[in-house]
Amino acid sequence: MTGRPAIRPSSVDELAAVIGAAGRSGTRLEIVGGGSKVDFGASREASLLDMTGFSGVVDYDPAELVLTVGAGTPLVEVQALVASEEQMLAFEPFDMGPVYGRPVGASTIGGTVAAGTAGSRRLSRGSVRDHLLGFEAVSGRGERFIAGAKVVKNVTGYDLSKLVSGSWGRLVALTQVTLKVLPRGRVTTTLAVEGLSPVQAQAAMSRSLGAPLEIAAAAYCPRGLGRETSLTALRLEGFPTSVQARSGALRHILVGFGRTHVMEEADRFWHDMMTVSALPADLPLWRLNVPPSALCSVVEAMEPVGAQWLCDWAGGLVWLALADGEQRVRDAALAAGGHATLVRAPEAMRARVCALQPQSPGVTALEQRVRRAFDPAGVFDTGRFADSTHAD
Amino acid sequence: MSLVMPTPDFSVIARRSEIVAALRTIVSGEGVIDSPAELRVYESDGLTAYRQPPMVVVLPETTAQVSAILRWCHAEGVKVVPRGSGTSLSGGALPLADAVLLGLGKFKRILEIDYSDRLVIAQPGVTNLAITRAVEGNGFYYAPDPSSQIACSIGGNVAENSGGVHCLKYGLTTNNILGVELVMMDGEIVRLGGRQLDPAGLDLLGVVVGSEGLLGVVTEVTLRILPTPETARAVLIGFASVEEAGKCVADVIAGGIIPAGMEMMDRPAIHAAEAFVNVGYPLDVEALLIVELDGPEAECDFLIGEVERIALADGAVSCRISRDESERLAFWAGRKAAFPAVGRLSPDYYCMDGTIPRRRLPEVLQRMNALSLQYGLGVANVFHAGDGNLHPLILYDANVPGELDRAEAFGSDILRLCVEVGGVLTGEHGVGVEKRDLMPVMYSEIDLAHQQRVKCAFDPKLLLNPGKVFPTLHRCAELGRVHVHHGRLPHADLPRF
Repeated sequence: MTGRPAIRPSSVDELAAVIGAAGRSGTRLEIVGGGSKVDFGASREASLLDMTGFSGVVDYDPAELVLTVGAGTPLVEVQALVASEEQMLAFEPFDMGPVYGRPVGASTIGGTVAAGTAGSRRLSRGSVRDHLLGFEAVSGRGERFIAGAKVVKNVTGYDLSKLVSGSWGRLVALTQVTLKVLPRGRVTTTLAVEGLSPVQAQAAMSRSLGAPLEIAAAAYCPRGLGRETSLTALRLEGFPTSVQARSGALRHILVGFGRTHVMEEADRFWHDMMTVSALPADLPLWRLNVPPSALCSVVEAMEPVGAQWLCDWAGGLVWLALADGEQRVRDAALAAGGHATLVRAPEAMRARVCALQPQSPGVTALEQRVRRAFDPAGVFDTGRFADSTHAD
Repeated sequence: MSLVMPTPDFSVIARRSEIVAALRTIVSGEGVIDSPAELRVYESDGLTAYRQPPMVVVLPETTAQVSAILRWCHAEGVKVVPRGSGTSLSGGALPLADAVLLGLGKFKRILEIDYSDRLVIAQPGVTNLAITRAVEGNGFYYAPDPSSQIACSIGGNVAENSGGVHCLKYGLTTNNILGVELVMMDGEIVRLGGRQLDPAGLDLLGVVVGSEGLLGVVTEVTLRILPTPETARAVLIGFASVEEAGKCVADVIAGGIIPAGMEMMDRPAIHAAEAFVNVGYPLDVEALLIVELDGPEAECDFLIGEVERIALADGAVSCRISRDESERLAFWAGRKAAFPAVGRLSPDYYCMDGTIPRRRLPEVLQRMNALSLQYGLGVANVFHAGDGNLHPLILYDANVPGELDRAEAFGSDILRLCVEVGGVLTGEHGVGVEKRDLMPVMYSEIDLAHQQRVKCAFDPKLLLNPGKVFPTLHRCAELGRVHVHHGRLPHADLPRF
């Protein structure tokens, strides 16, 4: 996919040998699944370690709520499998491919875990890290090991599943993942309020989430972005009687904010949230993770410099498109008590700006020691997250 | 006692008065405890079979003091054992003869409540229940509810990744925590996580939760609170066999229902509980399920009906739905009193905590009964049926020579059985010292080495809570250079402590 040398191991032993040899020879390896996220981070020269050989279902017992699959299994296959049993990956995997103009469905489950990115339902059901029960992997030491387990409740030893979720291939090459799966809501209803300002929308979402309505997802699209008026959307999922009851209670809360209606093209709306298609595809794209109540301060800081934005997670996730001004974005995120990830940008900007927001010196040093614990020779240090302050 | 702790460093114990004096320069007055009588208060935690008075206890009140204590101990090579409320059931806070016991009991303030972002910032010594008490007037609660919630501290919950009866639906501590302030062994203070949902880099918070006090000392916790469900109702279902009860649990979940709680008790536990609290449990059944549903009233009504329908189809011989809140609480009263109730059957009991794939439940109970005969010790079973987390209670009498050892051997066999059928050593109580030596049953040397190197990244001198969780002594430098062939480490004869 990039003209770089690629190796595609087909067994764990072979994978361990490849990584072990890379450690001895000083070779750098970039772990790749479906390649949907190769445009994330700085461009790099490392050889590709293709994980698609580790594909297939190992064990799935719906009544146990546990699924074990090869890390190279396509995400769409995993989702189709659990859907066939009326179940779901509750964190709503976020497929990053479309953000880079790639087709939907290229991601693997291993890549999804390594990126640790969840969709709109992250607000209510947690992220990948909350559903990864265990894994098998080969560390940068070239050793196969396992962590966690194949049951839903376990506190035996350190919770390394959290550590590998969102580690972006910097600790281990995952070969097998065990995930908690949950029943899928039988019906879904999205209530929408039009015309709210960001301040009103934030208040409406906060009020709604403070009521016992188990709101699955809450998003806001401001005016502009092809819309005549802003749109605040709240999603309910579950059994029909329950959704009906909660929908009534939610309407009661929202009536004080504006005219509320059941969104007709809700599937389309949430799909667009997941592909961030409302924001211009030719501009750099940022993902700001902030406390929900900080939404308005972020907007106030960024709208004057021309940023276009929309938000998910009741304001806790702000997608922001802006031509340049990276320091301003990072400062706004930090001032809000959160951080900003550079998701999409031209190559030159990605070489200059680290995709992940730099952290305090103490945390940075600790991260570095943890990385060395799994990967002493730096086999997985590809330069993807390098910048002047972030020696990779 | 069969447990072997690391050999105390007598050169450290010899410096005791110097260590006490140094701690007194950091924490004044009664915050440093060194009299033998007062030290005995701290000699064990909830796992009372093991006792060891600490060398000295220090009770700081500020993060700066915690940092200064750890920095001094780090520089002087003195071990530290952190302690919250001391309710651990696995010996996580068991003192060491040559270590400072660092108590967080004075960190008792709730620092901030933010209803807009639905979070609470609390000091680690605040009890679990106090969080809910602080926010319930505004219609919120903190979901994880370990049975010790009236006493256990939120910092201890973070260390142990505590669960409770509602964790199938609402998650363990790790799923309800947003951030911590952590003091590392060298005294450095870091913040992991925050008020936002995702971390900026590696999820270090995720590995700190459940690390049993080995990675750092938590001095502040940010946790998520949830709106209190509108209604909760429970249904009490009796079965003529454990198999049928187990099938009912699987069918409820396969039916798309995740109850707020789903508990099972076997015949001995039912009888003990009923004799203790008289709540009207059926006594002619082999297994009893308590299924609790919460949410809007319409949802509860509908789901209770579904659960009842499934239960009857699976052969339930009795089915009672709570008519009001007092009856719902009565259903739970028996379950919640199960431990003390079983305690009346026998002078001592030993509570185990394995998790198994639920489908293996009948087989596991059958083999547990065989072990019970083999060891000549009774066993009663209560478990979190929804997530397969077993709590077998082994009945013994510590005053009968050899019975404690037999109870421990029986318990180890139960946990080995859990792992053999695809489960784990501990679902919520932690490894501590109790299951430390069983870790190799579940993980290979290589698996454990990958965990221990994380310890080295946080605490390279291995001074924080040593002797817990990991069965084998490895210096960090040694872990760094070990080469493994066919799963065998060199020096397999290294001392095991």
